[in-house]
Amino acid sequence: MTKKLMKGSEAIGEAAVQAGCHLFFGYPITPQNEIPEYMSMRLPQVGGTFVQAESEVAASNMLYGAAGSGERVMTSSSSPGISLMAEAISYLAGAELPVVIVNIMRGGPGLGGILPSQSDYFQATKGTAHGDFRLLVLAPWSVQEAANLVQDAFDLADYYRNPVLILGDGLIGQMMEPVEFADSREPIKVLPPKTWAATGHNGSKPRSVINSLFLDPEELERHNFHLKEKYDRMERDEVRYEAHGLDTDYDVLIVAYGTVARVCLTALEELAEEGVKVAMVRPVSLFPYPSAAVREAAAGAKAVLVVELSMGQMIEDVRLAVGRSKPIHFLNRVGGMLISPDAVIDKIRAIEDGSSEEVRHA
Amino acid sequence: MLETVFSRPDALRDVTTHYCPGCTHGTIHRLIAEVLDELGVRERTVGVAPVGCAVLAYNYFETDFHEASHGRAPAVATGIKRARPDLVVFAYQGDGDLASIGMAEIVHCANRGEKVTVVFVNNAIYGMTGGQMAPTTMPGQVATTCPLGRDVDMAGHPIRVSEMLSTLRTPAFVARASVHTPLLAVNAKEMLRRAFSYQVAGRCFSLVEILSTCPTNWGIPPAEATTWLEKNMLPYYPLGVFKTPERGSREPLPLEG
Repeated sequence: MTKKLMKGSEAIGEAAVQAGCHLFFGYPITPQNEIPEYMSMRLPQVGGTFVQAESEVAASNMLYGAAGSGERVMTSSSSPGISLMAEAISYLAGAELPVVIVNIMRGGPGLGGILPSQSDYFQATKGTAHGDFRLLVLAPWSVQEAANLVQDAFDLADYYRNPVLILGDGLIGQMMEPVEFADSREPIKVLPPKTWAATGHNGSKPRSVINSLFLDPEELERHNFHLKEKYDRMERDEVRYEAHGLDTDYDVLIVAYGTVARVCLTALEELAEEGVKVAMVRPVSLFPYPSAAVREAAAGAKAVLVVELSMGQMIEDVRLAVGRSKPIHFLNRVGGMLISPDAVIDKIRAIEDGSSEEVRHA
Repeated sequence: MLETVFSRPDALRDVTTHYCPGCTHGTIHRLIAEVLDELGVRERTVGVAPVGCAVLAYNYFETDFHEASHGRAPAVATGIKRARPDLVVFAYQGDGDLASIGMAEIVHCANRGEKVTVVFVNNAIYGMTGGQMAPTTMPGQVATTCPLGRDVDMAGHPIRVSEMLSTLRTPAFVARASVHTPLLAVNAKEMLRRAFSYQVAGRCFSLVEILSTCPTNWGIPPAEATTWLEKNMLPYYPLGVFKTPERGSREPLPLEG
């Protein structure tokens, strides 16, 4: 095992290859072009296939075809491109196909901007597309974690037969950090053979039809309940988060995810030196959301601070977890603007001296 | 001793289809199934069903199948074939699916030279949704969204998909056939056999456009529908091989066989 300095986008691509993903379908969009570029170079080296599709619409449907064949497959895009893939993602969830999708978020709405943002939290966790379904959503805060989560994502996708979304921002894609890949890797789940794959029908197994169409309402209802049972299992078994400073007393609990949480950690450490007690819960899985962890951590704080690069999206899950039991404060920048550790420190001081206004409840 | 001279192809399932009386989807399904049997590829064939009248095609073929979202069958077929080049992959699409919402996917699938076969059923109307205007609807033809007939000044002229795809430089097999007479059905089967054979040989993308009747949405009895197709569609949609990987695409060839 050696450490290698890699750009986030390259590490995401390499992690996929090492997880056995030999198929990539994508379409150019900033700020994630380094992922398809890396795959177009790397996949032929391992006998894999890279296709530059004519659109995100086509790329996501190629993904659907390849996944239905039982092969590990990935695509990546950025916010507007994910919107174009939304229909196919709904079909993937309906037909229960395992795929890994990477969204390197940029600011919106519309064409928006190309700089880092967290404005697709709702899209990723609540309303990706039509129909009753969920994605398993993982949000890395470092290049190493991005690589690890991509590899885990393939196992989780296969295990649950469900699309897994890696939700990053432009910082994750562009920054360079040392990354370590294990020489060999065991799946994190016991993975059954993909007997459902449509790979030809010679009588040795039942005919495979990859499908999300259920015209009989009773059958569709059963299918919806079956999917829900899967999402319930994810909520039970796949919650991931990281806690900082919960083992000592703290006045303020920060909740932040992705690269923003790193900024918050810097602030938290600087404040600790001054004796200001702050803790943080960093959700790593956004669905399933670590609601219990946030609730329990909030119980020990006087106030909760949510920090996001959006107009307030994850904060809704924090409010669901915490309820009205604690005052909740909010700090954000949007449009590609970033939050500095000093801004977090100032906000914490404002909470402590009472000059920060808590968010109003409906 | 009795000899069986006619039976259901192995690649066709023993079920009743939902197709309307006088529709030729059933005939086209059978021809595809016969070709899959005769080429001996049924067990390694994966079909892709469209959104449209053939949305339930996966119930009728004794092969593995994928449903596709509206228009995306060529992209789904691309994904399957790239993942498993050893499989024989065909997409089955209607004119709304292929020539309207899915135009980008079919053009780029053909242009990349994906080694898949597309069966394009052109009946000049949207069937499943109840008879709306299609990109292939004839000038003046009445449909539920052009109740006074297709106005080419507003809706443009019907798109000739085979001619258009045959302008691409990438080698391909592109042909147009019809199944409204027994002789033409035999010819259509030959076009399908050639199309699948090119795929099995790993040669090129192949597409067979097959003209079809839709008595239900044309609003005429099946026998008249055949006459209507001959009179109105055949002159505008000439039958023949438009492109082969051996020959370029400049001149349409005369109808073969």
